[in-house]
Amino acid sequence: MCHLADHFRWASSVRFCPLDTAIGKTLVRFEDVALRYGAGPEVLGGVSFHLAPGSFHFMIGASGAGKSSLLSMIYLARRPSGGHLHIFERDVTTLSRHETAMMRRKIGVVFQDFRLLDHLTALENVALPLKISGQRDEKVRRHVAELLAWVGLAEHLDSYPPTLSGGQKQRVAIARAVVGRPSLLIADEPTGNVDDRMAVRLLYLFEELNKLGTTIVIATHNESLVARFNHPVVRLGNGGVRIDRRQPGADARPGKGSAA
Amino acid sequence: MKLFGRRDVPLDGDASGRFLPWLVAVMVYLAALALISAMTMSRAITHWQEGLSGTLTIQIPHDQVPRGGPASKANAAPDAIEPILQLLIATPGVREAKVLEPEEIERLLQPWLGAAAGLTDLPVPSLISVTFDTAAEPNLENLAREVSKISPGAVVDTHQSWLGKVRDLARTVQWVAVLVVALIVGCAIMIVAFATRMGLSVHGHVIQLLHLIGARDSYVASQFQAHVLTFALRGGIAGLLLAVGTVFLAGRTLEGSEAILLPEFVLQPLDWSALLLLPVIVAIVATVTARLTVLRTLGRMP
Ligand SMILES: Nc1ncnc2c1ncn2[C@@H]1O[C@H](COP(=O)(O)OP(=O)(O)OP(=O)(O)O)[C@@H](O)[C@H]1O
Ligand SMILES: [Mg+2]
Repeated sequence: MCHLADHFRWASSVRFCPLDTAIGKTLVRFEDVALRYGAGPEVLGGVSFHLAPGSFHFMIGASGAGKSSLLSMIYLARRPSGGHLHIFERDVTTLSRHETAMMRRKIGVVFQDFRLLDHLTALENVALPLKISGQRDEKVRRHVAELLAWVGLAEHLDSYPPTLSGGQKQRVAIARAVVGRPSLLIADEPTGNVDDRMAVRLLYLFEELNKLGTTIVIATHNESLVARFNHPVVRLGNGGVRIDRRQPGADARPGKGSAA
Repeated sequence: MKLFGRRDVPLDGDASGRFLPWLVAVMVYLAALALISAMTMSRAITHWQEGLSGTLTIQIPHDQVPRGGPASKANAAPDAIEPILQLLIATPGVREAKVLEPEEIERLLQPWLGAAAGLTDLPVPSLISVTFDTAAEPNLENLAREVSKISPGAVVDTHQSWLGKVRDLARTVQWVAVLVVALIVGCAIMIVAFATRMGLSVHGHVIQLLHLIGARDSYVASQFQAHVLTFALRGGIAGLLLAVGTVFLAGRTLEGSEAILLPEFVLQPLDWSALLLLPVIVAIVATVTARLTVLRTLGRMP
């Protein structure tokens, strides 16, 4: 664990943007947000909730409930088709391309389908966010290698994703999401392909990051994992959102479900 | 550091990566040949001009009515030669005035008329070759007037009209060369823009991911630039080497006959360095095109 804290301390010392953890601000604010794909029906409607800086939420909902869709709006891949969405206190519809890129550097994402680059090694994949943000520190390699070792991939630094198992790919994806110590971490089903022991270990990784100030949202189907860690749960169903406050201080308020 | 050396967009494996260097090589090859022709022309003209300045030729026709019948008098020297020579000798600045012997004229005409043609039967004009002192600025109009007083049919040829025609030809060749180079650069721009758009769509998922983890359009553009710069330089240098090789090969084949006209003898170091610039310029144009294409295409996305 101490390795991990070291890594994140280093990552925050080299990053460009400070953590947005100012008190009294909301990192993510949905106000009556709707989303539809093309001309199709609304897959989300009347979604209202907000996430405080430094919070840790699980997100659960049936398959097809719209978890991935909702998260994709947070990491700025999609714009709401209705309502207002503020990320880092900015209305997402007002962001320029440049501002969008800068904001994405503060958001780490574990995609449900990993989205690793097959022509790069595990090490290169994980180092990519640092490279993109202009990081040329020669310590990068060592830190990335340590992070990969921490998720159990010490033997696979130079492996290409197509040669890795599903769970190994998933861990590379997680390492890539956390390597730059983001202000906000979005993980879409990050433990779907690993055994329970590894799932718990990865959750510790997220908690470690959370202790250092990163706001965390994890979408998962794994109810036992949710039960094991005491964090508030964002429940997605019937196109609306409800937050279970399971510990004092968890910042949440009921959504106005469209289909009450 | 190796970690950062690799390109994030795997363009090198693309079909474009294989055919583009060849296209660039062919384009630079053609452009280089066009440029070499134009430069050879203008160098050759300067060369001739230097050789011919300070000289002139006076043509004296045969007496209109041969006195002793066509055959006997055809090749006798015209009466006007002596007085004209006297005039030339008296003219300040004239270093040498020499009547060309019939054998010499025959030698000069042989390439056009063939060895068999006996000049003795033809009314070939007599020629006086005049050389001036280098510093002299002779009054040529005056001289021409004096000469025509002695022999109305005599022609004072300063070679200027001939040189002028060759210069016109050279100018045409130069314009054609400029046009060829412009067309080729235009072609290069279109091909690179097309290949870049193709690369953007083939690697759409990679580019989308780069964007999602915070890459700016300029970062994606730099990936394409690096790729295009490499293949354009490689292809360009190959094309230039081929062109120079062609010229030297042509030189070997034509050896001896018209050696003076061949680029390898006529081109100056300045010309060669201009040729070296060609692949560099094409590479720069290609790189800038790739960058602008990426920025424009991505900028239009939401
Ligand atoms: N790209 C897309 N185009 C059209 N419809 C989509 C697209 N992505 C998702 N949907 C639809 O949106 C709805 C929500 O899908 P989403 O992927 O957000 O669900 P999810 O909660 O993440 O499910 P899972 O738990 O299986 O990952 C589904 O009905 C799905 O068909
Ligand atoms: Mg999903």
